[in-house]
Amino acid sequence: MDWVYTDIVKDHFMNPRNVLKQGEEFVADGEGMVGNMKCGDQMMFKIKVDKIKNTLVDCRWKTYGCASAIASTSVLSEMVKGMTLDKAYLVSPKDVNKNLGGLPDHKIHCSVLGDKALRAAINDYYRKNGMEHKVQKEEAKVICQCMNVTDHEIEDAVLDGARTYVELQEKTKLGTVCGQCKDEAITLLEQYIAKHFSK
Amino acid sequence: MQRVYLDHNATTPLHPEVKKIIVNSLDVFGNPSSMHSLGREARKLVEEARGKVAHFIGADPEEVFFVGSGTEANNTVLSLVPCSPNKCHCPSARHEIITTAIEHPCILEASKCIRERGAEVKYLGVDKYGKVDSSQLEKFITNKTGLVSVMLANNEIGTIQDIKTLAKIAHKNDALFHTDAVQAVGKMPINVKDLDVDFLTISAHKLYGPKGVGALYVKKGVRFCPLIRGGHQEKGRRAGTENTLGIIAFGKAVELRKIEMTDETKRLLALKQILKQGLQKNIADITFNGHPEDCLPGTLNVSIDGVEGESVLLYLDLEGICVSTGSACASGSLDPSHVLLATGIPVERAHGSIRISLGRETTEKEIIYTIEKMAQVVKRVREISTAY
Repeated sequence: MDWVYTDIVKDHFMNPRNVLKQGEEFVADGEGMVGNMKCGDQMMFKIKVDKIKNTLVDCRWKTYGCASAIASTSVLSEMVKGMTLDKAYLVSPKDVNKNLGGLPDHKIHCSVLGDKALRAAINDYYRKNGMEHKVQKEEAKVICQCMNVTDHEIEDAVLDGARTYVELQEKTKLGTVCGQCKDEAITLLEQYIAKHFSK
Repeated sequence: MQRVYLDHNATTPLHPEVKKIIVNSLDVFGNPSSMHSLGREARKLVEEARGKVAHFIGADPEEVFFVGSGTEANNTVLSLVPCSPNKCHCPSARHEIITTAIEHPCILEASKCIRERGAEVKYLGVDKYGKVDSSQLEKFITNKTGLVSVMLANNEIGTIQDIKTLAKIAHKNDALFHTDAVQAVGKMPINVKDLDVDFLTISAHKLYGPKGVGALYVKKGVRFCPLIRGGHQEKGRRAGTENTLGIIAFGKAVELRKIEMTDETKRLLALKQILKQGLQKNIADITFNGHPEDCLPGTLNVSIDGVEGESVLLYLDLEGICVSTGSACASGSLDPSHVLLATGIPVERAHGSIRISLGRETTEKEIIYTIEKMAQVVKRVREISTAY
């Protein structure tokens, strides 16, 4: 009987790597927490850094999340060990997904928290070590002025299944007043679809 | 690996006797509408099944017609209201429907669609146990209300509504009353005359019959308009050649329910009690959803703090245990169960909910195994949880 996701997902779900065990001493150089329980997923990521080589030497994580969140973060934790912080910073959900052997489209949004938490942990490390200039702010930009919809919300809508401008409007109410943001919204829509779903 | 099926509200396995009758009826191929002997043979079997289904719910055979699913029956009833009465013979010019926030998606989606076609739809809320408040119906109902639709028992939390009282309010205001009894029929005694409903929906696969067949009860004298048009099958109320094999099996399934249901109810209530107490004893910080008494005998819905439902479901699946969850992640949407949210529980409790639904083959041994495995799985998930 085939499992619901790939065998790699199953393996990581059954034996998640680098989980922070209860009572385990793990002195972290950086720590990040993203998501919230109301949305159904939350992710915590801790990293240990070789301060001379600027590499990520070890990490631990914990999550309140589904099988895809557990498996994707487990894979991510293996991928980033030994990476330079600069490189680890650029790991995308798509890279994670590839290493998992693919997740169904509707589960992609469950797998984007791990890398977000990792970046939050790296940012935390930068701040604590006087490298504030390296922190890339992930600030949202308002696209639809009338309904106050940001690019982040457009990305979330894409992860939630929006593929057309009309579906995007249904999910975000964007462009339903003056309509001036339509072109920019469509450009972003296409960018985010390519970012998360192009094969 | 041992397989423990505890998802009977999703669907049920065929009763062995039903399976037997399906196999034995495979050669019944005549079209029940045909006048020749093979057609008449099929017709006879369809009518026998109709008699059994009708008898089971206290209806006359001519008040029961067969459809393709519970969903179809529900869509048929909801399609009655926004119709224009002078175009076809629909119940009334009343363009307003009242239903509840905890209905099955087929009612909610159909109601959304008819609202877009111009009908007014109002949704009754529920209390923390999932019960509809009849006084809210009294407040909502107007002389424009054409139909009130309230499910008899909820599929997720098992809560049973006081249909008799609600139907009385509808009738006092000259509105028709429909109940989606898909989860209730076969799990508790149902009598349409006693409930005094105008429409009632049944599905065969929830009561150990096959998938793809259901029935709609339409009270004698209630004006009706078909959703599916074509031939004169089912007295013109539902076109399309009858699913003869499914209908024969459906008839057998209700006949068996009639024999087995009473004893089974007692047994399931006892098993549910063992399950409930076992979970309480072995897992800290859990809460039960649904009504403590007015609940389907085999349904138990539990929220487990600090865990997300899909991961619990899938870890249990690896142990051979089949359950379901109200978590968003298992639904393919971003929102958890609308039923649990309507009861006012915190969103995270809805994400952490597991529905366990027992059935005729469930044994005490399976329940003990489930308690043990659930405690292990929850411990495991909580260990990696940021929220516990």
